[in-house]
Amino acid sequence: MKVPRCKGMRDLVPQDMARFRRIEAAFGDCCVAWGYQEIRTPVLEYLHLFTSAGTLSPDMLGRVYTFLDWDGWSGERVVLRPDGTIPAARLYVENFQDLPIARFFYTENTFAFEGSGKESRERWQCGAELIGGSRLEGDVELISLALEAIGKLGIGPLEVKVAHAGVLKTFLEELGFTGEQEAEALDQVFAGNREILGYMRDRNPETVRQLELLFGLKGSSPGFVENLKATFCASLPALEPSLDQLARIAELLTGSGHSYQIDFTSGRGFEYYTGIIFGFYCAGRRLGGGGRYDELIPLVGGQDVCASGFALYIDELMELIEEAPQRERILVRAKDGDGLKSSLEIAQRLREASHIAEFDLGYRDTSGFRWIVDLRSSEGIEVVDRDLGEKNSLSSVEELLKMIQEAACR
Amino acid sequence: MKLALPKGPLQGGTADLLRQAGLGVSEYGNGSRSYRPKCDSSSGLFAKVFHEKDIAIQVAIGNYDLGICRLDWVDELMIKYRSDAVVKIGDLGFGRRTLFVAVAGSAGDCSLESLRDSSDSLRIVSEYPNLAEAFALKQRLRRFRIFPVWGSAESFPPENAELAIVVGTSTDSLRERGLTPVTIVLESSACLIANRASLEEKDLGHVLTCLSRGRVEDSGNVEPIEAGAEREGQRSGPRESLVFLALPDGHQQPHTIGLLNRAGLTVEGYNAGKPTRSPRLDIDGVRVKVIRPQDMPLQVANGNFDLAITGKDWVSDHRARFPVSPVEELLDLGYGKVKIVAVVSNHVPVSSTADLRKTRRGAALRVASEYVNIADKYTHDNHLAPYKIIPTWGASEAFLPEDADVLIENTETGSTIAKNDLKIIDTLFESTACLIGNSDALSRPEKKDGIARIVETLRRGVEAAPDS
Repeated sequence: MKVPRCKGMRDLVPQDMARFRRIEAAFGDCCVAWGYQEIRTPVLEYLHLFTSAGTLSPDMLGRVYTFLDWDGWSGERVVLRPDGTIPAARLYVENFQDLPIARFFYTENTFAFEGSGKESRERWQCGAELIGGSRLEGDVELISLALEAIGKLGIGPLEVKVAHAGVLKTFLEELGFTGEQEAEALDQVFAGNREILGYMRDRNPETVRQLELLFGLKGSSPGFVENLKATFCASLPALEPSLDQLARIAELLTGSGHSYQIDFTSGRGFEYYTGIIFGFYCAGRRLGGGGRYDELIPLVGGQDVCASGFALYIDELMELIEEAPQRERILVRAKDGDGLKSSLEIAQRLREASHIAEFDLGYRDTSGFRWIVDLRSSEGIEVVDRDLGEKNSLSSVEELLKMIQEAACR
Repeated sequence: MKLALPKGPLQGGTADLLRQAGLGVSEYGNGSRSYRPKCDSSSGLFAKVFHEKDIAIQVAIGNYDLGICRLDWVDELMIKYRSDAVVKIGDLGFGRRTLFVAVAGSAGDCSLESLRDSSDSLRIVSEYPNLAEAFALKQRLRRFRIFPVWGSAESFPPENAELAIVVGTSTDSLRERGLTPVTIVLESSACLIANRASLEEKDLGHVLTCLSRGRVEDSGNVEPIEAGAEREGQRSGPRESLVFLALPDGHQQPHTIGLLNRAGLTVEGYNAGKPTRSPRLDIDGVRVKVIRPQDMPLQVANGNFDLAITGKDWVSDHRARFPVSPVEELLDLGYGKVKIVAVVSNHVPVSSTADLRKTRRGAALRVASEYVNIADKYTHDNHLAPYKIIPTWGASEAFLPEDADVLIENTETGSTIAKNDLKIIDTLFESTACLIGNSDALSRPEKKDGIARIVETLRRGVEAAPDS
């Protein structure tokens, strides 16, 4: 009986994994070069890690996979990790609180129920977290790192969209929203449902007008932020500290040579964040995002340490990159029983020289191989180069290695 | 057209509705014990009686086209298993009740804000664990633990849970039970539900029209009010040295009263009729509560109770779910002897578990049981995959043969099984009542003497039994 894979889950076949590993390697290489160290948190965490942080919306928490463990008689539920950042924050608090600055990166899967059947319930992401240290420069470091990693994969042209959680929160507080309502309202606005603004309009028409104006404006320079300050701060002075931060980040990004767009409709997942929020896009597709979450470390039991981070969505990136060129494969065949020992030795030598050498287990189709090496105990080595259509008889492994090496260099 | 009808408190109202609708359903109503009401052959209707909680599941999986049960059970299912398979057709106007979040009356006023601000782990007890979890997440409670129970949730606060999510007809009805309401989770009443695919693809028009004609007035008191929990004035010592003992309600109660009497113990409030939820035992330093036997192993494991009188069947079910649980069986009490058996319809050519394995075809074996963990273990130990476990909340015999292939059930004499045209194909084990304890509590210096005294006293009661 054929048993299908679990609903909402996805297999990664060799071609997918080749792309996956390319992304993971490019991201890891960049992170290591920037001084980040790799971590991996467990796939199971206590549910209360996420509820006590208070940073995931009830809607998100309502879609997590929770259950009682085999020793869960106390009623303490565990959860399949729904998010990469909160476990990383827990890991930091548990092990590295003495470090003035911790730079971590990870490749991890996250789980959340998805009922439409359009998306996978398991998602993979590459993430980086910068805990401690300077705030604004740290944010710019993270944006630069993410752009470098995506750029290394040949994906482009890229857009960076920037917003500030403090600005959005100030507007919502002015409208009288608190906690849960605030998050719900913003979720709806970012999902493209502006009707809720109409509902807010009845409460405070001028603030709604200003918020709509803010959502309609896009800019890409520090001067644009100065314009926003001039436009909004007279009636809403509480915006000033957030806009000052945004202006400074805009300066730093401009100074680093990054192009960006300040767009307040891009502030997805804002509940998490306390400062800048950024997202990376290619042809309208969101490839990742991040921001500053200065309240998270204290919320999971740590000291008052600021932090920011981002994640790149591997599933999205995989759609945009080519498979890495395959290394050439060599098929080694023993034509008679006496050739078996020699073929084992030759295959070993080929692998030591970083080639992919496979034994013949009765392949009928040899089309995936460039080289076919036949061994006969009495007649030496016969090699077929299927790309060039050449057949050669060789007397030693050294000759074989030399021939393959030279062909690779041509 | 298949219709699932409720057993229990909604039975009278539903029977009235069916009568007014003129659907020709008989042998169903207050006091009727038949699982298969008679339907006029001309109506094309097949009706079966289920525990209310099972009806939403049966309609969701498509075994029944229409069902009548209360909205709270529908929401309890659908909030966890998000699906549009169940359509709420309409409120039937009777069986109204409210699902409250409540604290112990002695806790005084409690606000949602104070719950949100609490950094302690809040214990929430409820027959509605999914709605309880959704409530906790929506209110952003920082840390909480849900204790699912079969009943008697109101007994737990304040010692054994901070919050209870319970049904009641009014806030006064809660206060009578010693609880103070904090907020309302939902308003509920009997409603007609339909399977979406049936609604879209079958002709249900006649039945829906007839049912919409009926109008049943709410009697206003459909829920039996549980006896109030006495939460104050109990003799008590320091909490660390108190021994918490859980006694069973239901079938086991008369036997347990006999045992206590033979042991020379008097439990005021437990002896006659319906027990109060917190009776008093004439031993200092012991606090007693009356809860469902099904809930006891978990409540002993999590430390809410040190000792409990339950059945070995429920201990086995608990151990199948939590193999390293700290629950220990301390004393076989000898009474309440039942066999846990695998049962099939008389009309299937199967006489053993081995036959069941041999006759398997492609479709998943449907195994219904109140003992979901025992059923799960039985099925995978006997290599009966693929299978589905269908949890039931009573009236389990009704599931065979239409809605399940195998039933894991307890039986004393086998007569109910035979009466329902079913046969036993395997005996899993025999069960009797037993005293269980929490191994951590047993080794705690401040408790162990108190626990040992109760165990010894009950042992004398067992030894004094006429047939021991």
